Amino acid sequence: MRLNRKDLLGLKDLTPEEITLILDKAEALKPIVESPVKKVPHLRGKAFVTLFFENSTRTAKSFELAGKYLGGDVINVTASASSVKKGETLKDTAMNLEAMGVDGVVIRHGQGGAPAILAKYLQHASVINAGDGFNEHPTQGLLDMLTIRQNKASFKGLKVAIIGDSKHSRVARSNIWGLTKMGAEVWLAGPSTLLAEGFEGLGVKTTTRIEEALEGADVINTLRLQLERMDRGFFPTAAEYHKFWGLTPNRMKLAPNAIVMHPGPMNRGVEISSFVADAEQNVILPQVANGVAVRMAVTTLLFGGEA
Amino acid sequence: MLLIKNGRLLDPANGLDTVADLLIAEGKIAQIGANLTAPAGAQIIDGTDKVVTPGFIDIHVHLRTPGQEYKEDMRSGTASAVRGGFVAIACMPNTSPVIDNVAIVNHVNWEAKARGLCHVWPTGAISKGLKGGQIAEMGEMKEAGIVAVTDDGHPVDSADMMRQAMYYARQFDLVVMDHAEEKSISHGGAMHEGAVSSQLGLRGIPRTSEEVHVARDILLALETGARVHIQHISSKNSVDLIRWGKSIGAQVTAEATPHHFTLTDEIVRAMEYDTNTKMNPPVREESDRQAIIRGLQDGTIDLIATDHAPHHLDDKDVEYGDAAFGIVGLETSVGLTLDRLVKPGLLSLHEMVLLMSTRQAELVRKTPPALQVGAPADITMLDLHKRWTVKAKEFASKSRNTPFDGWALTGAPHATIVDGELKMLEMKVLA
Repeated sequence: MRLNRKDLLGLKDLTPEEITLILDKAEALKPIVESPVKKVPHLRGKAFVTLFFENSTRTAKSFELAGKYLGGDVINVTASASSVKKGETLKDTAMNLEAMGVDGVVIRHGQGGAPAILAKYLQHASVINAGDGFNEHPTQGLLDMLTIRQNKASFKGLKVAIIGDSKHSRVARSNIWGLTKMGAEVWLAGPSTLLAEGFEGLGVKTTTRIEEALEGADVINTLRLQLERMDRGFFPTAAEYHKFWGLTPNRMKLAPNAIVMHPGPMNRGVEISSFVADAEQNVILPQVANGVAVRMAVTTLLFGGEA
Repeated sequence: MLLIKNGRLLDPANGLDTVADLLIAEGKIAQIGANLTAPAGAQIIDGTDKVVTPGFIDIHVHLRTPGQEYKEDMRSGTASAVRGGFVAIACMPNTSPVIDNVAIVNHVNWEAKARGLCHVWPTGAISKGLKGGQIAEMGEMKEAGIVAVTDDGHPVDSADMMRQAMYYARQFDLVVMDHAEEKSISHGGAMHEGAVSSQLGLRGIPRTSEEVHVARDILLALETGARVHIQHISSKNSVDLIRWGKSIGAQVTAEATPHHFTLTDEIVRAMEYDTNTKMNPPVREESDRQAIIRGLQDGTIDLIATDHAPHHLDDKDVEYGDAAFGIVGLETSVGLTLDRLVKPGLLSLHEMVLLMSTRQAELVRKTPPALQVGAPADITMLDLHKRWTVKAKEFASKSRNTPFDGWALTGAPHATIVDGELKMLEMKVLA
């Protein structure tokens, strides 16, 4: 089975069957990450580039390792090191990379829609979105879903609470698109200034009371709070944020069976208390391992030789 | 000499709606009547099944000259105008250098005379350099021929600056045209803020960024007695505010663009981040679009203007947030108005002529074009039945930035006559 599409721009475009296909593929490839000899030939003779216009450690390295474990050639381009700094446009950068023969481009960009625009420019190379503005971060959404699937019987009817700044979060959006397609019930909780709007039509429920979202939740996904949001007046202080929307042991009593996720890096004592961050319920490191597996799956399916 | 045979002559402001012939000589309408005989050497235009109206005007056009001729210049901009059926345009002062002094006004007038294909009425800046700090030399510029003042493209941030500018403009009977936008609210936005922007992950421009300035301008107009014209209104509340402003006696007028009565924010999703859907103010939601149409119907909105904003591909072929705001307007305005408003019966042809000709001239204190013997022959002919497809590559404008490329429309401008000269026939520019 292969994905019948050139690009992975977001989970909003995928069918439930495609999501299941990717998750199954990731599950099948995951043993490679844990095996002593981490080399299989799925991407042998294939090359892709990670083109990052924003800083990232986890996502960029995760894609790079995924490519290398699969026997592909991976090069990393960061905006500061590339000709982008010299004023080259996204279009020219992309077309030059394609002219060099790469099979795929993994792009992270500060603006929503940049991967979609890139995909229109590229005739042959596939595009994987590694995060665009606050639009989508599909591989993060998929690794979150893989983590959930490993811990819960089914997506159907699961209560998933996404806590924090969903307004500016591509992680939240990819989770919303993916999870609602699979039949989960998604709740967003956070201060009114930081709640994503416009997803009511998908059945997403929104609240400013974190307790309401946590009550009986099966999954808690805590978003990273960007502290620079304070400067634009979205919330007053980290202390007040923690008091009203922080994930604390006391609040965790509302969801005794929930797993706790966080896309990292964490602000301990702000969106998540250290007691929760280090508790047994959390699956934050399994998320990271799943991240490599998911990226192996999507690079194989989109850039790859045979599946 | 031109003789239009057998056309439907429609001039609502003068109570004319009849099928007749119209003879043009020496730049003026010489004769109107049945079965006129063509004088020797006269060119005959068949007006059968065509509508002959007072020439259309667009008071909101970016000609980009001086300074940005890679986007548009006097020749291409006026060619775009006559191809779209317009006999006159008012050009915005956000050029480089800014039209904020007599020398630049004179330059634009000179260029229009030398290279223009239609009447070009310059507007002058409200503030020096569009910086919102010091009032531009409105009086001198008025003497040189500006028809309005505006900082279009930039809002006037300071309420007191706007207040003083209104007092000042009033003594010269200059209408103040305002691009209503509270930048502290709209800052960084690229499209309408709503469900679609949230789902596409693009920064939003809330309705309130426009509405608070519309409300401000109405109250200032009431205090100062100035004439204020709100440009390109985009939201339902703005329409309601204008209606209220008129009811309390403020001298406030407003315009709507074809894209605001045709499109909603869903176009950004449908066209997958195509930057030709990026304009400021942005197209908003269906309730806003409907309110704008109602405003056009009940006279709250006084005219249809395009905000013709040509941009080079290099300014558009980039990431959505980095792309320039605006679209080419002149060559799709008449077609969209006929297809979207007149054909479905939302506006009568009478109303369309008032919105696109008479009221535009009145706003800037020009004599409205008229189908009367002795009047200057500034005439637009319409073909209400023509089915055609918008093709950006055929634009007379230098630029191609339109979200309407490939749209099938019914109704088109058929001919444009400027000062008695035929400048366009069947959408081909004659120069």
